[in-house]
Amino acid sequence: MSNETSGQQDDILRVEHISKRYGAVTALTDVSLRLGRGEVLGLLGDNGAGKSTLLKTICGFQQPTSGRILLNGEEVTFRSVTHARALGVDVVYQDLALINQLTVYHNMFLNREPVVRPIPLLRNRAMRKIAQEHLDEIGVKIPSVNAEVASLSGGQRQAIAVARAVFSDCKVLLLDEPLAAMGVKEGAMILDLVRGLKDRGEVSIIIIAHNYGQILDVCDRVNLLQGGKITFDKPSAETSVEELTEIVVAEYRRALEERHRSA
Amino acid sequence: MAARIGQLFLRQREASIVAIAVALFLYFWLSSTPDFVTHGSFVDIAQYMGPYVLIGIGLVLLMIMGEIDLSVGFVWTLAPFVVHFFVDSGLSTILAIIVTVLLLSLVGLVNGIVTTVFGVPSLIGTLAMGYIIFGFTLTWTAAQEVTMPTIEIGVGRWFGGEAWSEFLWATALVLVFHVFLTRTRWGLYTVSIGGNLLGARESGIKVNRIKVGNFMLCSSLGAVAGIEEAFRTSTIDPSAGQLSVVLIALAGVVIGGTAMTGGSGTMIGMWLGVLVLGVLGDGFNLRGISSNEDQIILGAAILLAMIANTYINRLRNAGRLQGKV
Repeated sequence: MSNETSGQQDDILRVEHISKRYGAVTALTDVSLRLGRGEVLGLLGDNGAGKSTLLKTICGFQQPTSGRILLNGEEVTFRSVTHARALGVDVVYQDLALINQLTVYHNMFLNREPVVRPIPLLRNRAMRKIAQEHLDEIGVKIPSVNAEVASLSGGQRQAIAVARAVFSDCKVLLLDEPLAAMGVKEGAMILDLVRGLKDRGEVSIIIIAHNYGQILDVCDRVNLLQGGKITFDKPSAETSVEELTEIVVAEYRRALEERHRSA
Repeated sequence: MAARIGQLFLRQREASIVAIAVALFLYFWLSSTPDFVTHGSFVDIAQYMGPYVLIGIGLVLLMIMGEIDLSVGFVWTLAPFVVHFFVDSGLSTILAIIVTVLLLSLVGLVNGIVTTVFGVPSLIGTLAMGYIIFGFTLTWTAAQEVTMPTIEIGVGRWFGGEAWSEFLWATALVLVFHVFLTRTRWGLYTVSIGGNLLGARESGIKVNRIKVGNFMLCSSLGAVAGIEEAFRTSTIDPSAGQLSVVLIALAGVVIGGTAMTGGSGTMIGMWLGVLVLGVLGDGFNLRGISSNEDQIILGAAILLAMIANTYINRLRNAGRLQGKV
């Protein structure tokens, strides 16, 4: 269930007036967005619109030039991705941060592995059991938690990365192009996973994508990012792929005309 | 049924190298190489293996992370001189060995810092470090051989003097480090760093600490290898060790299935890789092939073993892909 009606005071994450410049290049201009508790927000935009920059700023990979980020109403400065993660903001990248050479369960527990005492050997059996339970709980199906991640499909890897983030008590999950380079079935699996998480209501999710069709379906609300600015903010029920596409194409035409005029 | 067993076997990472080792052994045995299946011949193989396996352990840890240590062979050269120095200064032999190993682990500390903090590729950084240590060794010892004092030989019997002692130490350590690599957080992080450096760092793994630690382990093991060799031969030779031992151990490591590109590696495979080199050397030696021609055959054998390895691994991967739906 979406939380559109809840007041802005209840937002888990708020980005206020964020700008990001790299030397002379301005990647983001006064971007503000809000993410309600348990909400799934689609952050859409064409290539080069500033999606990646915004994502990197929210997840602690880089600091904004100006503006601020509020988590649970409190202003925060993420010093690093690790820091943001510790505060409950986690990102699942396109090029995943899983370790391909390790098993699924070792990945799930990476850097939080339980060990026995006094000789600190890994408690593999316990990890396998908990990892399996957790994957079952949120509905991720893979051949085996013992499988090397390298042997899994792109969708399965993505699902495990999401499961790991949720498993590590993440409250705000950022998904960067979760459907890119993914087959239809794989994409459907990821979208099902997102729906499942939405129903559980424990995490709030921002999905970054340039492909509107499938995304619109799972999002409560969509924001459109164009040329480093948020130009559009509507509940997804009140918009359509056609409307979004039209806006982006119109913007493209306008830019093209301007270039012609100045040439 | 046979195909099934074959599949199960192929699934093991060390499968290809076991196959190669067995084939070689059978070849030398069945082609009735004189004295190949004798105690003396096995002792030769074991004594050959000991030191390479020791530094191979350190190299496996480093190569999994995509790093290397060329200086370990020069630590090998220096270590027994340091033991000798401490014994001369009045330390008991056991204490001298322990102090030497700890002291020379600092070489690894420097190697690690040069690699992680200054960002020098370890191939170059450790080569430079190797020359520095070697030059220091030659200057300090005036490039003179030294005889191990008898008192050291006494304690050194169980540490390298007896026929099997070095081999048994090395093999025991392989088993310990196999568990270390596959059953501890440190081992897991070592693999993670080699497999996905950024991912490892982002999940909060202290990448530099692990790297420096493994460099220190490698140097320590190089010191142990040098000391054991000196006890075995009862002389301390400034021309021992050096780069050639690193390269031979490296061959063993790679034949054993550790990826040059990092991300995967096995201790058991390394042990088998060094065994293959040992069996080859021993077998051709017993067939009366001179040590000059031996080099050609060794080189060719390394190539063949690697080609076989790559081929069998390709089969493995194909099997794995088929197994996946």
